[in-house]
Amino acid sequence: MLRAIRNKSILPAFSAVRAFSSSAKEMTIREALNTALDEEMSADPKVFLMGEEVGEYQGAYKITKGLLDKYGPERVLDTPITEAGFTGIGVGAAYYGLKPVVEFMTFNFSMQAIDHIINSAAKSNYMSAGQISVPIVFRGPNGAAAGVGAQHSQCYAAWYAACPGLKVLSPYSSEDARGLLKAAIRDPDPVVFLENELLYGESFPVSAEVLDSSFCLPIGKAKIEREGKDVTITAFSKMVGYALKAAEILAKEGISAEIINLRSIRPLDRATINASVRKTNRLVTVEEGFPQHGVGAEIWFSSLHCLFSVQLVNSWKYTNLLHLLNSTSVIEESFGYLDAPVERIAGADVPMPYAANLERMAVPQVEDIVRAAKRACYRSVPMAATA
Amino acid sequence: MSFSATNFAQPRPVPVEVRSNEKPLSSDSFRFRGPPSFLGSPHSLRFNPIPPFKLAIPHSQRSNASAVTHIANGKMVKSSANLLITKEEGLELYEDMILGRYFEDMCAQMYYRGKMFGFVHLYNGQEAVSTGFIKLLKKEDTVVSTYRDHVHALSKGVSARAVMSELFGKATGCCRGQGGSMHMFSKEHNVIGGFAFIGEGIPVATGAAFPSKYRREVLKEAGADQVTLAFFGDGTCNNGQFYECLNMAALWKLPIIFVVENNLWAIGMSHLRATSDPEIWKKGPAFGMPGVHVDGMDVLKVREVAKEVIERARRGDGPTLVECETYRFRGHSLADPDELRDPAEKARYAARDPISALKKYLFENKLASEQELKSIDKKIDEVLDDAVEYSDESPLPRRSQLLENVFADPKGFGIGPDGKYRCEDPKFTQGTAHV
Repeated sequence: MLRAIRNKSILPAFSAVRAFSSSAKEMTIREALNTALDEEMSADPKVFLMGEEVGEYQGAYKITKGLLDKYGPERVLDTPITEAGFTGIGVGAAYYGLKPVVEFMTFNFSMQAIDHIINSAAKSNYMSAGQISVPIVFRGPNGAAAGVGAQHSQCYAAWYAACPGLKVLSPYSSEDARGLLKAAIRDPDPVVFLENELLYGESFPVSAEVLDSSFCLPIGKAKIEREGKDVTITAFSKMVGYALKAAEILAKEGISAEIINLRSIRPLDRATINASVRKTNRLVTVEEGFPQHGVGAEIWFSSLHCLFSVQLVNSWKYTNLLHLLNSTSVIEESFGYLDAPVERIAGADVPMPYAANLERMAVPQVEDIVRAAKRACYRSVPMAATA
Repeated sequence: MSFSATNFAQPRPVPVEVRSNEKPLSSDSFRFRGPPSFLGSPHSLRFNPIPPFKLAIPHSQRSNASAVTHIANGKMVKSSANLLITKEEGLELYEDMILGRYFEDMCAQMYYRGKMFGFVHLYNGQEAVSTGFIKLLKKEDTVVSTYRDHVHALSKGVSARAVMSELFGKATGCCRGQGGSMHMFSKEHNVIGGFAFIGEGIPVATGAAFPSKYRREVLKEAGADQVTLAFFGDGTCNNGQFYECLNMAALWKLPIIFVVENNLWAIGMSHLRATSDPEIWKKGPAFGMPGVHVDGMDVLKVREVAKEVIERARRGDGPTLVECETYRFRGHSLADPDELRDPAEKARYAARDPISALKKYLFENKLASEQELKSIDKKIDEVLDDAVEYSDESPLPRRSQLLENVFADPKGFGIGPDGKYRCEDPKFTQGTAHV
């Protein structure tokens, strides 16, 4: 189903746009996250927020606006600038059944707390053999913003998704944001919730079902944003919007692209990706982060090895374990179905530059996606990097 | 440096009740002899000899600290009428320390026989801290520790069998063999680790203290007064997370006690070489909480302090930093050749063995006879032999256990090729399903 993406109109943070009735209400991501937090906090008194500026400042990006007034300072905690400390405190509180939602002003700052996210949160259920679960959510903006420089622009999807014990979600639309955040808060495991700063102000149509306070999306299922038959394009977060624009352009040239919004980076919905690849026989993966060891590499590779392992299962004693540990993915299952090499679009393999034109080159653009899709379809387009 | 005059802003009535009325376990700890015995090093230090019990109160808290200050006054005066502990308590303390000591010795034996592997960090010599503090806790109170956590788990009530099997890596261990020496977890006994990274346990402990307050204030559960103890070492006190948590715990008045087991050495790094101001207890007041220094080789002194600070936390008066000067008789771990520590220093501390000190106290105050203590020793020997036998005979974890417990919600493994959640496949935990 074609999703109509409105133009990037930055609505004022909390406009009462929901006044109008009938079918498609519009909601910005900011509103979606705010309402999701609000509803979850009112439904379960064990949910509380902590982070820098989440209270009196109404949230560094106004995501938590109004929540301090509504729930009080015991449930909306303004923390000092101590990521390692307050993340650990959140984890400790989660050990004892509270449900913290820890906000990082950007996920770049989560690097100061990454020890707690990985070692105290992700691994605890395993190390304690199931005695201690950690129902915590780490959320915040991830990836590049506009002109914020190298230390504020990294995408952490691949890093967190590499770690067993974590669930990593990355919403695109308001429906995703609401549904996935609610699912994350209700989930008994640690969830890393990667938002995108540039998407906060974008509005998307939402159905009445999405507005319901018990609306929830399943973790681990991707969404096919647009159906197609010639090439599959996987993306998450902001890149889904770019991919959809690219699909429009490709459609004019006769290439029908299927866009998959991953939604969940870990666990990756390999079933949907594989089914799509078997249908279209061509794959383009799009992400904003660094290319090496990224999400695209995972989708790409884990398909590659399975075909061989299926044949060598008897001779490869290691394979049993590999089968247990490694998921089937495109090449694992669908190598034989691919008619072209998988194209991987990712950010440039450099720290994010500051200059606007360089920054544009360091992040995938719509033209890059179009070009890659055409390459996958064997239209004659050179591999040269953007000029 | 005398603590009495300088630390208190307001004039304080001299406490009439001489609280510190027990006979000192070791008269050495009172006398200033040559180079200060604090920190054990023969190098002379700039500060004065330390009375057995030091207390620092931050400006803001002087008025609240009355419960703790009166202990600070004074030389312990012998009074035969009022002993610090009853016979039952004495025997309980003795048994706990013996359990800790014998257990760790057994670990060393098992390690050298190849039954235990990986990292093993032993607690010999520090038993007074664990016993002194943990034996005062209720079952709902929490203990968070570091990699040197066997004895903390034992003192809190985890059975020797469970801990030993965990060390052997068997399925009957407290974490089914998935944690290991450094990751002892027991939900039942509220031991939540076992953290390998130093400093990592401190924020988690602060977080574990947070729900007590949250339950009381937000969820309105009266009587939610659980207290948390965080144990960590001198090396950790230079780590950023420690300070972050001192700040937040004092800011939010969390019911937590930060117990520093200052054994003067972080593997081979002497505390004096690593720290600009080695007196860790002084760092408490900088963050608005009392800082207490106590002789950690003396279980009764530790217990005295522990009573006060745990009471303080339970009342809701906030956190405390307690520095226990102690010593580990063995190396940092069983792989540590322990070449850097001066044998004279080791001998000095060996003479202050907390178990011998308690024994002496019990005899001199006629609280227990030789026979009773020997029978406790024997009982613990049997407990340990049983634990080893049990662990030997326990099975290794099943292959299918590899994938278990990664997530509390098993759907975390995502969707299988058939479009259904992998966890719904009955073969998922039998080791035969494709994951």
